[in-house]
Amino acid sequence: MYPQVIFQNRKPNRIATIDEYRQSGGYQALTMALQKYSPKEVQQAVVDANLQGRGGAGFPAGLKWKSVADDAPFPRYLITNIDEMEPGTFKDRIMAHADPHMIIEGTILAGYVVSAEKGIIFVRPSYESSALILEREIRIAQEAGYLGQNIMGSNFSFDLIVHRSGGRYICGEGTAQINAIMGMRAHPKQPPPRSTEKGLWDQPTVLNNIETLVNVPHIVRHGAEWFKGLAKTKASSGTKLYCVSGKVNRPGCYELPMGTPLREIIEEHAGGLLPGSEFKACLPGGASTCFLGKEDYDVEMDFEGLKKCRNRLGTGAVIVFDQKTCLVGATLNLIDFFVRESCGFCTPCREGLPFIRDLLWRIEHGEGEEEFIPILHRMCAHMWKSYCAFAPGASMPVTSLLDHFPEEVHEHISQKKCPFKS
Amino acid sequence: MLSEELLEPLQKRIAETDHPRELVVDIMLALQNHHGYLSDQAVEEAARLLDMTPLEIEELATFYDFIYREPVGRFVIHVCDGVVCWMNGYDSVLNHLFKKLGIKPGETTEDGFFTILPTACIGYCDLSPAMLINGRAYGPLTPEKIDGILDRLRSEAPPPRMAR
Repeated sequence: MYPQVIFQNRKPNRIATIDEYRQSGGYQALTMALQKYSPKEVQQAVVDANLQGRGGAGFPAGLKWKSVADDAPFPRYLITNIDEMEPGTFKDRIMAHADPHMIIEGTILAGYVVSAEKGIIFVRPSYESSALILEREIRIAQEAGYLGQNIMGSNFSFDLIVHRSGGRYICGEGTAQINAIMGMRAHPKQPPPRSTEKGLWDQPTVLNNIETLVNVPHIVRHGAEWFKGLAKTKASSGTKLYCVSGKVNRPGCYELPMGTPLREIIEEHAGGLLPGSEFKACLPGGASTCFLGKEDYDVEMDFEGLKKCRNRLGTGAVIVFDQKTCLVGATLNLIDFFVRESCGFCTPCREGLPFIRDLLWRIEHGEGEEEFIPILHRMCAHMWKSYCAFAPGASMPVTSLLDHFPEEVHEHISQKKCPFKS
Repeated sequence: MLSEELLEPLQKRIAETDHPRELVVDIMLALQNHHGYLSDQAVEEAARLLDMTPLEIEELATFYDFIYREPVGRFVIHVCDGVVCWMNGYDSVLNHLFKKLGIKPGETTEDGFFTILPTACIGYCDLSPAMLINGRAYGPLTPEKIDGILDRLRSEAPPPRMAR
């Protein structure tokens, strides 16, 4: 059993109360920060800790905060992203149901660093229970004096609200989320200007993933070196919430050192493959990562480790496929998802993804031709010309299917049917 | 016309907010709850409340998965068709629902109780295959479990406003 940081108060069927959170050291970091540390000092601790953003891109949180200029105008906003809609990912829900005050304290501390006066927790509709929990616990935190005007006698004032989404995958993208909050269609927006310069209502805005922020109180209390020491690999730091799903005995969300080998995550923590199942492939970090085969089974699951095998850690959502599951069918399902969720703003994504889906559909249903394969490659390459990272992400399972499992694709074409269907 | 009971809290929230437009999803959801779906009338009402045009409301209403622009049943069954549920028996869940309710995705039962909508990954992959009914998640699903859930909902809920 590894040290549990984010899940230290997680209970089988109950949400940790504010008292339980405090007994475990909760809100000490906020107290210390407001009494002893300047925002810059807290920021530096997070920079030193090398806290990489947990939403998928891995951008260091401290550097993101640093990009808010010292003389940036007020008000400034802090957004906590609980809009996870990456297929296979459910860690945000588990966190909200385990220890909501850790989320609240992490958000307040980030607000303190960037001198924000308002925080917004953006929650997807499927997580209505998380939204209700957070609203209730925010009220409790207000009553306890951790939110509001002049928190604990300091100069820092901060309010926090929950914002409900209407439900759409693209809202998880930072700039799209800002548009969504402003009551506009959630289209992404390319810099310049960056959101940290002109974001929500044209004011400086920092948006962080919830799993990033829950680490902040612990870094403030225990220091950067301690945080780095939690990881298994030198290049990374902290723990990681790995969501394991698919053909395993114990699907679930596990807090393990960042960089834990994939084999260990699947075999030990998720209880191995189901009886009669063998590992064929997994998506290591949700739908917009590449299929990873047995040859990379020992990969260290951190941002660097997956980059080395030309893949992405993404959200750390490990979706496990066995030898009886058709990967062409799985890819078709993923592309169906991306086609439906595309916001339709730019042409490569709006037109290209349905084209890819059509070719995959024909291959899966016995109407495939060998010449479809180079066309698929070409179409996937076009996806990188789209406006945001959505379509390139959508192309990853497709290109990796063609690269790592070509026999399976060829079998569909030569047998004129899906070989996994009787 | 909307009752004062519904309007007052909404108007109060709008008045207290720096940027009322931030409330547009909440307002749409509140009106949807009231009308059963986001009717044309509800679009107009939302626009009036927020000082937006009906077209601006429509742009958003048609964008979001959980805003219903057409009448739906008392219970909207969002069946997760994410890749994890797909490999864990999405097809059999959907088939069982068809058989039990006699409707296809996008349709509503004649008694007005149930609507089926396939939905992007709902984030319950540890309980797959899963579905969401009026905000509550259920899983892992088996035919027996589905029967139990639907029978309970049907017997406990008051009859829908209008059977269609």
